[in-house]
Amino acid sequence: MTETSPVQVLTTEVPRAIAVDSGAGASLALAKYRLSLWLKSPRPYLMLIGFAGFLGFWYLSVEVWKLPRFSQMPGPTEVLHEWFSKDPTYGLSIFIPEYYMHIWVSTRRIAIAFFLATVIGVPFGLFLGWSERFKQFVFPVFEFLRPVPPLAWVPLAIVMFRGSETPVIFLTFLASFYATALNTMLGVESIDVSYVRAANCLGATRWQVFRHVIVPGAMPFIFTGLQISVGVAWFSLVAGEMVSGQYGLGYVINTSYTMVRYPTIIIGMATLGLVGYVTSAAVRLVGDYLMQWRTRELALGGDR
Amino acid sequence: MSVEPAVMASRSAVAQPVRQGGVRINDVVKIYGAKDTGLLAVDHCTFEVPPGEITVCVGPSGCGKTTLLNAIAGFHSITSGSIYLDDEMLCGPGKLKAQPGPDRIVVFQNGALFPWKTNIENVTFGPIMQGVMPRAEADDKARAMMADAGLRGIEHNYPGEISSGVRRRVEIVRALMNNPKILLLDEPYRALDSLTKSVMHEALLEIFYKNRVSIFFITHDLEEAIFLGHKVVIMTTRPCRPKKILDIDIPHPRDYSVLTTKRFREFMEETVAAVHEEAIKAFAAGEKER
Repeated sequence: MTETSPVQVLTTEVPRAIAVDSGAGASLALAKYRLSLWLKSPRPYLMLIGFAGFLGFWYLSVEVWKLPRFSQMPGPTEVLHEWFSKDPTYGLSIFIPEYYMHIWVSTRRIAIAFFLATVIGVPFGLFLGWSERFKQFVFPVFEFLRPVPPLAWVPLAIVMFRGSETPVIFLTFLASFYATALNTMLGVESIDVSYVRAANCLGATRWQVFRHVIVPGAMPFIFTGLQISVGVAWFSLVAGEMVSGQYGLGYVINTSYTMVRYPTIIIGMATLGLVGYVTSAAVRLVGDYLMQWRTRELALGGDR
Repeated sequence: MSVEPAVMASRSAVAQPVRQGGVRINDVVKIYGAKDTGLLAVDHCTFEVPPGEITVCVGPSGCGKTTLLNAIAGFHSITSGSIYLDDEMLCGPGKLKAQPGPDRIVVFQNGALFPWKTNIENVTFGPIMQGVMPRAEADDKARAMMADAGLRGIEHNYPGEISSGVRRRVEIVRALMNNPKILLLDEPYRALDSLTKSVMHEALLEIFYKNRVSIFFITHDLEEAIFLGHKVVIMTTRPCRPKKILDIDIPHPRDYSVLTTKRFREFMEETVAAVHEEAIKAFAAGEKER
């Protein structure tokens, strides 16, 4: 029974490249394997149909049926034409350097706020979950502040921070921080007590338990939190940029509204959608890389 | 108070393994909550787990067997009484909670391999945390022990990639890496189907014959208890205390053919009524609580 154990049978179930390799090679192989699975599945084609339906509805309602509700709204052909025009009527398209300036400024604000929210929020959440005493002190205040929406912080942010940059970053940070800290705390609390007990049995000290059980055990929740966090960061960034700031996609949308440049509003919105999608995908990729145990489990789950 | 010496064995004699890892449970009481109004889980419980043997504790679910195991492991305190490992007091008057440590390792009901570590990282976890072995040496030992247990080729897989039966074996190897005096198994095969279970039982016996580590095994499955145990302790339903203690004189090594022998049937007949009676009491008590 030592040689022909069921183990060998089991390992062959794992795609070869994933079972044998380890580290970066494995994650690349896994990414390739998933991409090929994805392309073979109906999902990418359904996605295309979904987008086509969305654009078609927009086109029909604005440009063909001319529904009254949509009378002020620019149609997709007008927006696309403006977006990809070398000489845009309203001054913003992919050929205008200013367009990238706006994207860059917004992305930079997101990066700073998201970075701060992560380096403060994750340790804060870990301690909330790890120390009952710390939680008793801090959590009620946290829960009291959390429902206050970032927009309500706008006046205070402008009074507290100088310039136009820091208030926006502060507002963006707030919502991100709540999402990250709360999910991290839930992550710690979700860890099965058996893992901590097992580590104690095996002779781990309190610090080793924290390092080898609590942190990796909370990781799936932490990354769920970070994905939510990067999403709400864009959410409150735009709110902040509409109020203060001289550049950024929120600023573009707001000024285009006051200056009646309707197609540019849509360009700003669509760009936000795209850049936001890319940032959450990036967070997800980092998470998959750091939690290979989980991605492999899920990859297997999909196979069975 | 006189302390009985542990069974003596000369360390020089290779043929005769060192018999250690005996546990004595003396008059242990565990009350959850306040002393007069709390829930009495373990009631003046006294029995012995002899060194180098398998002792199986049988009782209905929720009867307090796990409470007893947790007290030995050091996961929670006892209210009174004492528990000894060989001649060392784990917990007792003045020290009601034992310190968990690698001399008594628990294998958990639902398994507790760390899913974020590969199988070999799990197996080397103990020695590396305790700092008793450099990583390379731990890796070598782990590989050898895993190969010995028929677990070759899965070292760098994660626990999520192997079946639950194989996971249990990795977990037992992880425990054995620390040369524990006793293994505490808390219904480890509860979630497995009966076919996998029978494979696991023989694998456990195989490991036991190789290592002669003392085993304290908790279950509600009487057949499993008689098949594995040198000694079977049948527990009353809550509050838990030994109702009947049997020495199973079916010779070791055992395999599954034992199940059909006359002697095995006799043990089953002798005990099934006692276990059934407690199960009915537990069921009735459950009805009352609702």
